[in-house]
Amino acid sequence: MSTPNLDVRSARQAGELPLSPSLQAFADEAERLPTEELIVNMGPSHPAMHGTVRIVLRIDGETIRDADVQVGYLHRGFEKEAENTTYNQIFPYVDRLNYVSPMLNNVGFAMAVEKLLGITEQVPERAEYIRVIVGEIARVADHITCIVASLAELGGLSAFFYGIRAREHLWELLEDVSGARLTHSYCRVGGVAWDLTADFIPKCKSKLRKVRGLVGDVRKLVERNRIFLDRMEGVGVLPAADAIAYGVTGPCLRGSGIAYDVRKDKTYSVYDHFDFDVPIADGCDNLARYLVRVEEIDQSFRIVEQALVQIPPGPVIIDDPRYAMPSKREVYNSIEGMIAHFKHIMDGVKVPAGEAYSFTEAGNGELGFYIVSDGTGRPFKCRVRPPSFYTTAALRQMILGANIADIVPTFGSLNMIGGECDR
Amino acid sequence: MAQRVLDRLQALRPEAIVESGSHVGDEIVVVHREHLLAALATLRDDPELTFEMLTDLTVVDYYRQTPRFEVVYQLYSLTHRHRVRVKVRIDEAQEECWVPTATALWKAANWAEREAWDLYGVRFVGHPDLRRILMYEEFVGHPLRKDYPQNGRQPLVRRPDAPTTDDQTTRLLEASHDRRTSG
Repeated sequence: MSTPNLDVRSARQAGELPLSPSLQAFADEAERLPTEELIVNMGPSHPAMHGTVRIVLRIDGETIRDADVQVGYLHRGFEKEAENTTYNQIFPYVDRLNYVSPMLNNVGFAMAVEKLLGITEQVPERAEYIRVIVGEIARVADHITCIVASLAELGGLSAFFYGIRAREHLWELLEDVSGARLTHSYCRVGGVAWDLTADFIPKCKSKLRKVRGLVGDVRKLVERNRIFLDRMEGVGVLPAADAIAYGVTGPCLRGSGIAYDVRKDKTYSVYDHFDFDVPIADGCDNLARYLVRVEEIDQSFRIVEQALVQIPPGPVIIDDPRYAMPSKREVYNSIEGMIAHFKHIMDGVKVPAGEAYSFTEAGNGELGFYIVSDGTGRPFKCRVRPPSFYTTAALRQMILGANIADIVPTFGSLNMIGGECDR
Repeated sequence: MAQRVLDRLQALRPEAIVESGSHVGDEIVVVHREHLLAALATLRDDPELTFEMLTDLTVVDYYRQTPRFEVVYQLYSLTHRHRVRVKVRIDEAQEECWVPTATALWKAANWAEREAWDLYGVRFVGHPDLRRILMYEEFVGHPLRKDYPQNGRQPLVRRPDAPTTDDQTTRLLEASHDRRTSG
């Protein structure tokens, strides 16, 4: 009877209550059963995968031994299309990169073209303020979507409904400004398409008050909830060094304790006119990323409130017929206006040959546009640096060794946007 | 301030630099391919440069020019808050169209290089897992090359000679089978 098996068993049971012989035999049998690793597909069609990601998992029971994250299901060939499109016609395409905060993409792309044209300084100040206001509203919408969608995946469906109501208020505001609820195409090279509506400022203030209340409600629903904390705290850990090596930016990097925010780091537009903080959390886990986003919503509100007070009157687009479309009054009433309009539509804004990399802080981090121009009205190369792509690359490391259920909050906290990641 | 980056690199790795300069405020340095990894390592590790982050990696296709491709690295230093753009020029011939991989320096290079390979067909020698990332494995050609038609359509059909997307699954499965039998 001196099999090694017995020794193992007695060692294992030291300090435990002895089992009845029959139960003990059963437990030994279970111990000897071979385990088998399984390959499981999570996605691309899975409620928690936001539609477009496939993760091939090698699992041992519930534990993830290996994972292969496969993106690309939403690839539409943005760069290829952009190479054959005039600069102002690319705005509708960039809307569809991050379809949760299209305004920020609009601003990022406009700034890249302006950098290459060398007209960054000449963009009217009112246009810059409008860009900041709509951009920050879009950022709040982005963060709210990320938070409440991942809460819904964790089972907190009421938080989701509260959040979606808040987002709807914000989208109504943006619809007032741009005419479209989601795909705004509101920016232009050298400014924005048209001015704010007459009653925008009081409307914005009242909507912000409502959204603040709703975000507060969401926080009260979850932040002392045991289930929420258990699934967020210490799950999906991404140490700061790894986050940097993976090129992670935005709330995910700040959730790892690195205070990198393009708005502060290399101030662009009129962000230096506002008093706001860059929140960081050093937990490196899902909870840290949640907390950073919640706090950033507050900071964005602060920026919008200051901007609404400071916004100066004036034109909203650069006064230069080479870059700005003529007004409709001119187009319909003068031959010069009509020709200018025709040239803008057919040839586009002529951008001098050269290249520029311009970067802004989008909802998910550094959104960069690398444009190479050959002097024509269409970019020779229009590369977008998608923050989600690099964040998603870090997902594999974050879920190795975790349980399958941990993928859901971890993936949710990254806020991977398929349109932006796959382009 | 950023000019200091180029001066410093010039002092440390003069043999690597083909040319350097700036355009609309961006610092650009073009390096030789054989010195690329050394130059990148210097940029990352030198205390005055410390480019901890590979922000982006892409390729530009200068079709009908020689050399045809330009591999572009956008680097950012969190410590010093400066940026630099590193470029390597390579030719289109099959045996010439490669650069060494930067995956050992930055983990971000892994997916970025896969994408560059997928869309431009530039090989990254030494990459641990160089397969398509945005397109499917059965796709023929590299869609962002200038000689790939904009309206080129390729329905997803299984070709017997091509590796399929599901090969990845098979590979993982085989690896797990090995582990099972050996363990």
